Amino acid sequence: MAIKSFGLLIDVTRCIGCGACSENCKEINDLPPEIDDKLTAETWTVVREKSDGLHVRDLCRHCVEPACVASCLVAALTKTEHGPVVYDKSVCIGCRYCMVACPFQVPCFEWHSPNPRIRKCILCEPRVLEGKSTGCAEACPTEATVFGERETLVEMARARIKADPDRYHNHIYGLDEVGGTAVMFLSPVPFEDLDFNTDLVNYPLSDITWKILRQVPTIVAVGGVFLGASYWLFKRRDEVKKADQAVESGPEKEADDV
Amino acid sequence: MFRSAVKLVTPWRAIMAAFLATGAVLVFFRFTRGLGSVTNLSDQTPWGMWVGFDILAGIGLAAGGFVMAAAVYVFNLKRYRPIVRMAILTALLGYIIFIVGLILEVGRPWNMWRVITNPNIHSPLYEVSLCVMAYTLVLILEFSQVFFEKFGWDRLMAVFHRLSVMLVILGALISTLHQSTLGTLFTIAPSKMYPLWYSPLLPVHFFLSCIAAGLGMVCFESFLSERFLKHPPRMDLLSRIARFMAVMLVVYFIFRIGDLAVRGVLGLAFTAGFAALLFWLENLLFAIFPIIMVFSRGLNIGRKALFVVSFSVVLGFIMHRFNVAITSFHLVEDAGYFPSWKEFVVTACLISAGFIAAGLAVRFLPVHGEETVKSKD
Repeated sequence: MAIKSFGLLIDVTRCIGCGACSENCKEINDLPPEIDDKLTAETWTVVREKSDGLHVRDLCRHCVEPACVASCLVAALTKTEHGPVVYDKSVCIGCRYCMVACPFQVPCFEWHSPNPRIRKCILCEPRVLEGKSTGCAEACPTEATVFGERETLVEMARARIKADPDRYHNHIYGLDEVGGTAVMFLSPVPFEDLDFNTDLVNYPLSDITWKILRQVPTIVAVGGVFLGASYWLFKRRDEVKKADQAVESGPEKEADDV
Repeated sequence: MFRSAVKLVTPWRAIMAAFLATGAVLVFFRFTRGLGSVTNLSDQTPWGMWVGFDILAGIGLAAGGFVMAAAVYVFNLKRYRPIVRMAILTALLGYIIFIVGLILEVGRPWNMWRVITNPNIHSPLYEVSLCVMAYTLVLILEFSQVFFEKFGWDRLMAVFHRLSVMLVILGALISTLHQSTLGTLFTIAPSKMYPLWYSPLLPVHFFLSCIAAGLGMVCFESFLSERFLKHPPRMDLLSRIARFMAVMLVVYFIFRIGDLAVRGVLGLAFTAGFAALLFWLENLLFAIFPIIMVFSRGLNIGRKALFVVSFSVVLGFIMHRFNVAITSFHLVEDAGYFPSWKEFVVTACLISAGFIAAGLAVRFLPVHGEETVKSKD
């Protein structure tokens, strides 16, 4: 049987904005209890109030093919087969390219530490490996955040939209965005009203960079041949010119030219 | 050898010393209190001035090294021999400064060796780091001829001569790769960048622009060399370099505008606002003004005009890299970043160190000489 890949379904219509997810996240991941108003190195999930009294969680989306993972030059960020995108500080250089690459502005950096790490939600990887749910889903009193296999969650989301089309905007955010994410959203209103990035492509962002990087062997081969051939050609032209001059000025001078 | 007749303390030296001293203090804070204590960077602006200037612009401006080396050694344009060493020296210093800058810029520099043991070939940044390491080595080898000559190591010089073409070709290939890949870095963030600067063809933009900028820098530093080291610029060579630079700028500019037109976003350049203003200022400095100047004056371009043109190219190029790495992100989502004075000082400190190293090299090494081969065959 294939390995189960997990994720979260966050239903904005059910969220009451109590913040229990953030609190439990803090406790489980040993983070200082103060909850910031945006994602920071010490706050891995926040609930923000939007217009119409809607509440929206922000957290790592655990992309199926994450840009941060592709961008990390030392593979400090990896996508595990169970779904979480996790971080290994022992190899991280702290270049912060992951932060530039992430389309959701998720990875955060410890700006005031001499030994800084990249910090973000890890989808409670240790708990997931034990067969438990994430801290946020466990704490949610209204099941606005549900933990499960991604495939199951997609079915669940589709069923909810189908059962109550008036309640939901007909889109599962994260189903196809940047090639799919493990954390998906349902909303009563279009996602741009929730300040979600709706300009995202429907394929992994790493496709763009890989399409370019793939050309490296070709560039080296073509460039090498071009430069090598140019060298030979220009040298040869020089030699011919010299030989011609030598012939013109007579054989006795030829020796000086070499 | 020692400058007994020359004043030891000059205004410029005093300024550089001040930068170096302040920079040293700031570097201490950076390593004890984190990047946040000296920079205005944030989770919303993870890359700022040090990436834009020290890394992107610095590497691009050092492209003169591989372009001039290829011109002389591969394309057999012998007339440029007298300046090829200076171009290689500038490139070498540029890369060393870049590596030092990188150690300050990244959060965990003690892990930098992990690039060797933990490669991720899918990361453009991996390719850049590998190429920068390899090319720095190539530059050291290319520059070693100056030491061989200085100390009269003829045997080594002969070995160098035999390998020089291979080295130069290798250097040109590696440069082509990482100069363009610095552009590839940003192609992963299409939704975060303003369309006047984002393009899936950024690697081509970066490559074309670095050739022109590298040549612009060769001209610019010749004038600096005159001002500070009393070495007269070779106007006969520089005016030809400027002409080739202008040709490259035409190619770049057509590609830049064509790319915007094909992707249907050229209209943004004609929409009143800060973005269009930046776009035209950048292109005026980097391409339009230099192209007009060089082609209208031809090879008779005077010193003053060429100085202004090369300065304009360098400035415009730096602006392009800043716009790609910083401004274009802020035009989409303003995170309110402006470099702190400390970021400026650390950058000035690096530039000063480069100046001092270049000055010392010119004074003590035959940098303005050219390779003389005592061939016995």
